Amino acid sequence: MRASIGAVAGLLLIALFSASSSARDNWPTPPATAVPAPQISGPLQGGTADHTKFDQLRGPFSSGPEVTVACLGCHTEAGDHFMRNIHWTWSYTNEETGQQLGKRYLINNFCTNSRGNEGMCAQCHAGYGWKDESFDFTDETNIDCLVCHETTGTYYKTPNSDGHAACSVMFEGKPPIDLAAVARSVGLPQRANCGACHFNGGGGDNVKHGDLSTALKNPPRTLDVHMGVDGLNFACTACHVTNRHIWAGSRYQVISKDTEGMGKPGQRSDVATCESCHGLSPHPVNSLAAFKLNDHVQSIACQTCHIPEIARGGVATVVSWDWRTAGKTRDGEGYHEEGYIQGNGDHRYTYKSIKGDFTFDENFPPSYGWFDGQMLYTTIDTTFDPQAESIEINGFTGSREDPKSRIWPFKRMQTWQPYDKGNGTLVYTHLWGEDDAAYWGNYEMGKSIAKGMADFGLPYSGEFGFIQTISWWPITHMVAPKEQALSCGDCHIPTRSRLTSVEGVYIPGRDRNRWVDIIGTLLVAGTLGGILIHGLVRFFSPSHGSKGEHH
Amino acid sequence: MATRRVKIFSLFERFWHWSQMLLIVTLLITGFGVHGFHSLFSFEDAVTLHTSAAFALLLLWIFSVFWLFTTRTWRHFIPSAAGMWGVLRFYSYGIFKGERHPYRKAYWRKHNPLQALAYLMLKIVLFPAIWITGLAYLSYFAWRNLPDATQWLSDVAMVHTAAAFLILAFVLIHVYMLTIGHSFREHLMPMINGFDEVDLSPEEEAYLSKDQPGDIR
Repeated sequence: MRASIGAVAGLLLIALFSASSSARDNWPTPPATAVPAPQISGPLQGGTADHTKFDQLRGPFSSGPEVTVACLGCHTEAGDHFMRNIHWTWSYTNEETGQQLGKRYLINNFCTNSRGNEGMCAQCHAGYGWKDESFDFTDETNIDCLVCHETTGTYYKTPNSDGHAACSVMFEGKPPIDLAAVARSVGLPQRANCGACHFNGGGGDNVKHGDLSTALKNPPRTLDVHMGVDGLNFACTACHVTNRHIWAGSRYQVISKDTEGMGKPGQRSDVATCESCHGLSPHPVNSLAAFKLNDHVQSIACQTCHIPEIARGGVATVVSWDWRTAGKTRDGEGYHEEGYIQGNGDHRYTYKSIKGDFTFDENFPPSYGWFDGQMLYTTIDTTFDPQAESIEINGFTGSREDPKSRIWPFKRMQTWQPYDKGNGTLVYTHLWGEDDAAYWGNYEMGKSIAKGMADFGLPYSGEFGFIQTISWWPITHMVAPKEQALSCGDCHIPTRSRLTSVEGVYIPGRDRNRWVDIIGTLLVAGTLGGILIHGLVRFFSPSHGSKGEHH
Repeated sequence: MATRRVKIFSLFERFWHWSQMLLIVTLLITGFGVHGFHSLFSFEDAVTLHTSAAFALLLLWIFSVFWLFTTRTWRHFIPSAAGMWGVLRFYSYGIFKGERHPYRKAYWRKHNPLQALAYLMLKIVLFPAIWITGLAYLSYFAWRNLPDATQWLSDVAMVHTAAAFLILAFVLIHVYMLTIGHSFREHLMPMINGFDEVDLSPEEEAYLSKDQPGDIR
């Protein structure tokens, strides 16, 4: 009897250790606040100027640049600061490789290239009037202060050039903006300001990133714990902290593993990593599992567990695009088809004559891979083997052995897009323009490529084909509440592991030595079989039932 | 020589045996769960239980090693070839003929030669293999930045799993052995109340009757 005390004690010990492991499933969620608090921006809180009282902003203004002149009248250094950031330059030179990157030069697998299409694409440039190479990047009165700082929600920009009649009709009849009212509304940027461009990249709501959609304008906490209006209500700049109009967080040089964590007071806070607020041991150590979770931080980006799905919140994202089918017309006119109803009930175009076929997806698991923060861009200068099955527009590198790498979630975007068959390069397509070479009007891809290349003195063989291209989008927004984070079993499982495709690391539960399992199973089965046979032979042997023997 | 019922398993030995049994069964079940052979527990719970049971067993062993050496009972596990052949022959042949078990349990020698060898192997080969790999596995966070750490982890896991299979096979045979000779119940009782029939020399019998009357019936 007394021996069983030990057994009970053992059980208690185990229960004690394991009790806290199940507590994670029902963490309390903070109560929703009745009145939404104002959005929380970066360090600059509670300004000392009320812009509604400024005579300079009374107007009337006949154009955006006139407002900018008024802004710069007081913010004397803002223009100089602003013109150094990529919202203005659309240009980024990789310090390590010297490669010329930036929206101004890059090719993507959405609308392929902004270069040569600035009349349309530069709607999202934080400036006024960039429609071709003649744009003056040194004229600070061309900076668009309002797009980021107005808070009325009425501000918009139309394309900088007319485009073909078939397209320009979309922008006709838009009401004029009351520039003076908008100017007096200025404040720190809100989610909707950044979102005006960043939610709509790639030609529509959430088309490009997958983790940035209009659902983030007023998201519930369940969509994004940081931006939730019933939670922290962070503006983008709460994390993308600004210093002289340069923002923390770059998609060209991602910090895939923050080894610094939180700064001491007065130190480093200008890094948009999870760790810069949550530190390097983000999980409170109240169980064995929590201890082990903190160990995972070394190899797993926070985003991997805490963003379980892409395109949550009811707005779908485009996952594939087929330019091969573009250009079909009905009675000589372009048309579009609706074929996808997304979570919030809105219909999305699945075909457009000007762009081809799209496939949408929402609430889907990301792709995962080791990522060192460095993207390898296929630019207009890169030559590749035209026989290749697919080309990575921005492949990424990383491995278990690389101390800068961690396993990250990505949105994978796949496109069939035009390329130069003869030279084995991607091409600039001339989509937007009033001329007859503009694809968005005449639907002739060959002409559009010829002009797109010729305008920038680039070689074109004259023969184009379509090639499959892949782009990878690191996922970092739409962070779910912790109770919705992935659980251990989502990765540590023999089949259907989230990390099935991730190599270079032994993951218990996912990985095993096949031979050890086979031989071990045979050993145990053989032992049971041996016992069975030994027992049966004993049972049927003449001496069956003899008792009283030691062994 | 006289056969008497003698207390051969002290309270601590019985406590040790049954706690160890419970913990090893827990470790086997949760371990194979972690390995992905079944999903009776979530991975998180399986790891937590497995690790907790391992810590508890480690603690138990620290005590039992201390006890084995202070009471000099470690000598029960010294292997001996004498009589080994007889025992092996009995299990594979004699038992079917209704022969007598060749081994007589002695007070100073609780295990037959095959038992002693099996337990010794368990103690010096399998248990160290599973402990060393288990602790290395558990402390991966401390050596994960060494070169080729993932390959080492994979090897450690392989040895750990292989040792677990062997221990499971041992447990199965161990339990089956209880059905040989006495009834299952009679085999079990000594490990519960401590008393078993043992051949005593006249000196042992006299000593126990005089000095430890509670240990002899």
